Formats: sequence, structure tokens, C-alpha cells
Amino acid sequence: MIKTDILIIGAGPVGMFAVFEAGLLKLRCHLIDALPQEGGQCSEIYPKKPIYDIPGFPEVMAGELIDNLAEQIKPFEPTYTLGERAETIEKQEDGTFIVTTNRGTKHNAPIIFIAGGLGSFEPRKPPIPNIKEYEDRGVEYIIRDPEIYRNKKVVISGGGDSALDWSVFLTDVASEVTLVHRRNEFRGALDSVDKVAKLYKEGKINLITEAEVKEIRGEEKVESLLIKHKTKGDIIKETDHFIPLFGLSPKLGPIANWGLEIQKNAIIVNNALDYQTNIPGIFAIGDVNTYPGKLKLILCGFHEATIAVQYAYNIIFPDKRYVMKYTTVNGVTGFDGETKKADATVVKSII
Amino acid sequence: MDDLDITIKITDREGVKHEIQAPTDMAMNVMEVIRSYELAPEGTIGICGGMAMCASCQCYVLSDHELPEMGIDEDMMLAEAFYVEDNSRLGCQIPIIKDLDGLEIQLAPESESE
Ligand SMILES: Cc1cc2nc3c(=O)[nH]c(=O)nc-3n(C[C@H](O)[C@H](O)[C@H](O)COP(=O)(O)OP(=O)(O)OC[C@H]3O[C@@H](n4cnc5c(N)ncnc54)[C@H](O)[C@@H]3O)c2cc1C
Ligand code: FES
Repeated sequence: MIKTDILIIGAGPVGMFAVFEAGLLKLRCHLIDALPQEGGQCSEIYPKKPIYDIPGFPEVMAGELIDNLAEQIKPFEPTYTLGERAETIEKQEDGTFIVTTNRGTKHNAPIIFIAGGLGSFEPRKPPIPNIKEYEDRGVEYIIRDPEIYRNKKVVISGGGDSALDWSVFLTDVASEVTLVHRRNEFRGALDSVDKVAKLYKEGKINLITEAEVKEIRGEEKVESLLIKHKTKGDIIKETDHFIPLFGLSPKLGPIANWGLEIQKNAIIVNNALDYQTNIPGIFAIGDVNTYPGKLKLILCGFHEATIAVQYAYNIIFPDKRYVMKYTTVNGVTGFDGETKKADATVVKSII
Repeated sequence: MDDLDITIKITDREGVKHEIQAPTDMAMNVMEVIRSYELAPEGTIGICGGMAMCASCQCYVLSDHELPEMGIDEDMMLAEAFYVEDNSRLGCQIPIIKDLDGLEIQLAPESESE
């Protein structure tokens, strides 16, 4: 069981910044995210696009903002459960919560921050009628362990970076790699496109373009695919695995069933006070919450995180008195004991 | 009707038809108009904010209005989207302008991820 002071569900920019504010109050945080990396929408959807409305940053790349946040929270030694989705929550008799992920990892904390943004990022599934029957029987939407493809035949479909990059990667692992895409053109980084083109010329990747996987066949598991070509008709392709890589899309998912008040796909919070939900001890911050006047902006999420942390502190230490301190005045002391502090004033006679 | 408004006919994902007024002076696009009228649940449309990066705003154009030409981003996004037809467009790439008065569209189904 992973134990912490504040368990943060969602490692987007808002969840990350909450670690900093909690650290100032000496509270420890653990973050859960369905994605294999931190940064939420900023990392998953638009890492290379500029943001212009972060106060104090005339322009910052979304990916760079996340790198900066990671650096900023490092002294507070956040811990992570990545690549897992928070699935259930249970309140214990002692008032703390246990959150369990889809992979069975259990976390225990007195305070929960839901910073789930638009929801947990889940793979987009192509509308192939019987695809669900083959999930985990040869159909995988996310590559967790490339080793399962060793010496197997794989068909990847998609036209973006992840389809290209995994096709390249798996040529060294699988016995045969086929990439299927609806167009002749690919959308990935130039470098990835060039690599696939090279491997194709060397006969290491099969490319089937202007084509789409329409049907999956096989008794117990995937055995072959019916691929429809725009002009050349149907192709039957034998394969052990079919990996559709069409990007991820956020879904509020299990959180919607936690007994929280939901309005328009977001969690209602008390914005007049502390961003707590209808369940005491569970806060919701960032894109995932709603209240009159809500704006889904990073800077608003940062504000909400800061306020919520102060109230979380009050819940954990009801008897302790506390006043907010400026970081400039007090510096930032990490859990390793190191302090970042403003330089002391220099007093020195000149003559 | 305000002079600056145009009428758009939208069939939502449940098949319900709506006739709405859209302003031409607010630099809005079709996806944003759909959101402002809440014709699709929040979280199911406009996920990328209108950057032609998610296809959650895909719609079928039913009338024969002349639309702005498809940019490379839109074209490539549609190459990876599901339920794409010959008349598919991304709503976020269609700005609301006077010439589109009477435009008729239908929202494409939401892509599955559960
Ligand atoms: C293209 C684009 C451009 C944008 N431009 C701007 C801009 O210019 N300025 C601005 O302020 N904002 C902008 N935004 C919005 C901004 O990115 C969001 O406001 C911000 O990411 C919200 O942060 P968050 O931490 O609340 O949520 P998110 O970034 O959405 O992160 C939430 C995380 O929670 C995880 N999660 C959710 N549920 C679960 C669960 N049950 N288990 C595990 N993990 C879960 C998700 O996987 C996700 O990683 C833009 C958004 C997009 C898409
Ligand atoms: S809103 Fe994402 S493609 Fe239009």
C-alpha cells in the first residue's frame, strides 16, 4: 500500500503544481496518471505548441512548461503511479481513503485531489465490429511491453508519430512488421517518416497505404485481418497481433461513479471556499472541476491548487495554527533539507 | 434576426435537428458554435481546442455551400479519424462567415475509447 498525505489523481500541470504548494506546507504527495508520463494535455496533445497566457511567460512551449514544473516540484520528491487509471475509491473508518487502480495498485491518503482534467486519456478504438472480442487476444491499443511481440507478426495501423515510431522500433523485435494507413502521406515528424521510408526500401517494413483494416479473424485470438484497399480490393493478412494506434482521447471514466456531484462532465466544487467536492476530504482542481464562472485554463488551475492545499492542511492538522508565507521571504526547503533562498543583503563599507 | 447572424442547421449525434443563429463577428467556428449551444456534451467535442488535432468536431456537410479549402492539418487529421465520409470536415476549421448562411451539417459519431 502506497501511503501519502495528498493523493493526486492526474499528473497534468495542475496536479503537478499542487505538489509544490503542498511541499511548502511540508505535505507529501503521490500522483497517479493513466498516461506513462506527466504533463496531462500539455504533454499528450500539444507539447510543441506555444502557450501565451501563463503569467510571467510571454511565450512558453507546453512541453517546456511541464519540464519547468517538474524541476520546480523536484525538491518535494513526489512519487508516481504512471500508466494506471484510478478506478475505485473507498472511505476507511479512520476517515482516510483507499484508491485502487485498474492494475490493482492501492494508495492510502487522508486527502484526495482529483486533478483529472478532461479525464483519463484512453486509446481511440477504430470502429471494427468485432474488435472488442480480440482485446488482449492479439489486439493492443497501447504498447506496454514490446517483448510480447518478439518473433511475432504484427500489423500496426495509424498515420501519426506513434504508429511510425513503433513500426520502426518493432522491426528489431517482431518477425514481420506491417504498417497500414488510409493515405500515402504520414503526419509524423520528418525524421520518423524518413526512417520508415528507409526500412520499407530495405524490405524490413511492409507498407499498405490507401487501405484500412476492416475485419479481424481468428478462432481464439487474432489470426488474420481483412484489409480493404482503396482500389485493389481486399487483402487478407496473416498476423499474430493487431495494434491500432490512433491517438488518445480523454474520458472522465470511473470518477463519474464515485458519488461526486457531476455537471457537464465535470465535478462540482465549492469555489467560494476551498474547491472541495460534496465528499469531505476529496477536492477537485483544474479542468476537471466546475463552478459558476469556471474557466478551463492552466492559470486558474494553479490558483485552485494553491487554495485547496491550505484547506487540506487544516483537515490533516486541525489543531495547528498556520499563516501563509512568501517563498521570497522564507525560501523553499525541499524534503532533502536543501533550501533555496534569496541572497542575503550585502552590508559592506566602501571607504 | 441580427444582421450579423447567420442560420445554421445542425443534426446532433442523437439525430435531433437544431436551427441556430451564429454570429459572424465573433471570430467563431462551427465547433465553437456547437459548444456554445451545447449541442454535444462537454468533453465530447472540441477536445484539442480547435487545432485540427483531435477530430472530435468532425461533421458531415449536407448542403452545397462553398467551404474554405481544407488545410493540410485538417486533411491529415481526417486521414486518421473514424467514420470519415467524402463530405466530412472538421467543424473547428470552418469559420462562421456570411456566405455560410443556411449551412446544413450533421455531427459525426463520437469515436469510442472505452
Ligand atoms: C491544444 C490545446 C491548447 C491549449 N492552450 C491553452 C492555453 O493557451 N492556455 C491555457 O491556460 N490552457 C490551454 N489549454 C488547456 C490546458 O491544457 C488545460 O487547462 C490544462 O492541461 C489542465 O490541466 P489539468 O492538470 O487540470 O488537467 P490535464 O492536463 O487534462 O491532466 C489531467 C490528467 O489526469 C489524468 N487522469 C484523469 N482521470 C484519471 C484517472 N481516473 N486515473 C488516472 N489518471 C487520470 C489524465 O490522464 C491526464 O493526464 C489548451 C488545451 C489544449 C488541448
Ligand atoms: S476541435 Fe479538435 S479537431 Fe476540431
